[in-house]
Amino acid sequence: MTGPAGSGVPSRPGQAARGQARRPRVVIVDDHGLFRSGVRSELGDEVEVVGEADDVEPAIALVSACLPDVVLLDVHLPGGGGQAVVTALRASHPQVRFLALSASDAPEDVIAVIRAGARGYVTKTISGPDLVDAVRRVAGGDTVFSPRLAGFVLDAFAALPADGPGVPSLDPELDQLSPREREVLRLIARGYTYKEIARELFISVKTVESHVSSVLRKLQLSTRHQLTRWATERRLA
Amino acid sequence: MGSARTGSSRTGPPGPDPLGTELLDPGRRGRWFGRPGSRPWMRRPPGSGPLRRSREDRLAGGVAAGLAARTGLDPTVVRTGFVVATVFGLIGAALYVLAWLLIPAEGADTNIAARALTDRRGIALVAGLASLLVVVLVIASALRASWVGSLAWPLVISVAGLTLIWRNAPPDEQAVLQRLADPLLGLAHRGGSRRRLVARVAIAAVALTLGLDWLVTGHQVAGALREIAGVILVVAAIAILLGPWWVRIARDLMIERQARIRAEERADMAARVHDSVLQTLALIQRRAEHPQQVIQLARAQERELRAWLFDGQAPGSLDGQDMTLAAGIRLIQQDVEAQHEVPVEAVTVGDCELDDDLRALLAAAREATVNAVKWSGAPAVSIFAEVEPAGVTLFVRDRGRGFDPAAVPADRKGLAESIHARMARRGGTAAVRTAPGEGTEVSLTMPRAAERQPGRP
Repeated sequence: MTGPAGSGVPSRPGQAARGQARRPRVVIVDDHGLFRSGVRSELGDEVEVVGEADDVEPAIALVSACLPDVVLLDVHLPGGGGQAVVTALRASHPQVRFLALSASDAPEDVIAVIRAGARGYVTKTISGPDLVDAVRRVAGGDTVFSPRLAGFVLDAFAALPADGPGVPSLDPELDQLSPREREVLRLIARGYTYKEIARELFISVKTVESHVSSVLRKLQLSTRHQLTRWATERRLA
Repeated sequence: MGSARTGSSRTGPPGPDPLGTELLDPGRRGRWFGRPGSRPWMRRPPGSGPLRRSREDRLAGGVAAGLAARTGLDPTVVRTGFVVATVFGLIGAALYVLAWLLIPAEGADTNIAARALTDRRGIALVAGLASLLVVVLVIASALRASWVGSLAWPLVISVAGLTLIWRNAPPDEQAVLQRLADPLLGLAHRGGSRRRLVARVAIAAVALTLGLDWLVTGHQVAGALREIAGVILVVAAIAILLGPWWVRIARDLMIERQARIRAEERADMAARVHDSVLQTLALIQRRAEHPQQVIQLARAQERELRAWLFDGQAPGSLDGQDMTLAAGIRLIQQDVEAQHEVPVEAVTVGDCELDDDLRALLAAAREATVNAVKWSGAPAVSIFAEVEPAGVTLFVRDRGRGFDPAAVPADRKGLAESIHARMARRGGTAAVRTAPGEGTEVSLTMPRAAERQPGRP
């Protein structure tokens, strides 16, 4: 679930190009053609874009056909949102990894895609090199948390204890973040890279990655439906 | 009586310097009373750390304010407690003086008692004074007045303690004592005509003697009536004797408070003018070759200034009525992106209503963001804010060129006045982490008052 931690994905894009035998194969799913071509040109030669799709159904067909390493997935799609794509493909193609890419500020959309199984979330304002780096990380089995996602996750877990005491936690381990994980998330939210976090906390980059993977696992496996309810309530508040 | 009474009548260190450092001290809050709220006696969550006498909010020794800060009670409540305990046999006064001696002042490691131990002449003086007092009290109680006995020890402790404090306190505390004692001594020297003073003292003495006598020997025929009359007489006597002194202290306090409020207003205004007008002028200079942009900037600034001067709406002050912290940060993000064309990534965790403290936090955050955009050369700036029950933390970070904090000239207002002082005036803190080539991170924290939590639905 947490992916091969030792897959040797370096933290810098430049080194990765040399270190990796093969460029990651990528499918871009977004309903705006202009945005797709923008992403394609930003990714440039660093990755191999094997296809584009503009809605849920074509995306599912395309991904099943060409089995890319990474699917860059818009959270908002006309035919049912990004999570529909992830849900449809995850069981049959576990080797395909999803990276949510969105301009959306709505936490419920983002959390829904992550809970469905995406391995990361970046905003559309991300720079080209950072996006390449994120794609590479996801291809290597790591997780990618943008500052915004880190903020959402902190918020979601902070909201948990305040929610319905009537629902006992089945697995407290899964329903809470450890202090260290919270620390890592805060630094991500402050705009630190994994490398900077490692330096700040006197731990290795690998350890930072494993903390983030563990947060992702908790986010996906926590059975508390408060987690999803939180996201919808937050918008009303 | 006098020593503890003073505890309820004065605030802040004295000094003719209203713009001085006392304004910039982070711990100071310019209020006497807690905010109106569901629990008015609680001012803020209990503090941690060692018990210290407050320097900033003190009326006499800062004992009450120190206790208040530690327990989360409103200082006024603690002070009232001391006064009430003083009315009952001077116990409050004695406790207050002992606390003054034994609790170190804020920022100090040793208490006054430790210093007093080396003051041989002071100890001799105190011993003499105390023994004299004891003799007087023994004689008094032998004569008739058994009630003297219950007052004896608190009185001796208060007088001895005050003497030691007087001799061994640091200069600023001596100044406080001096200021409290001045009007009292002034009664004898210059308080109006001599004849009036003599008359006052005489009337007070008669009333006091009569009242105390009725009070302590009152268990006879119309006992209750006589006791009430006694209390009234004693109070009247004290009012006649000390009334002018209290009035004067209250007036001084009011003048001082007004001066401080004016000074704070001036500092706020300077900060705002800096944020808006000076920043815009700097921008106009940098964009001199784009006339269209210059016109746009000038127009926007004119609009803002007019709104401020004529509608009382402070520039960039987020005056929206039901604005929340997250909305305020979004506004900063929008404004900065629009004005400077540098992307700002903003992340907030939790949210809460804005109050004056948090508006100051946002104003400081805006300043930090604008600084980052203008000087760092970074392609983007991140803001992260987290609302927790105890307070709000906010970080503004860039990966730009950074700077050497020691090399910033003292007269550059941005960081010092707009960020540090603005936070300090509201009880918050600001820290800057930077080095040349390392980018810059400004972290701001603002504690939240107890009654405003929780901020979450």
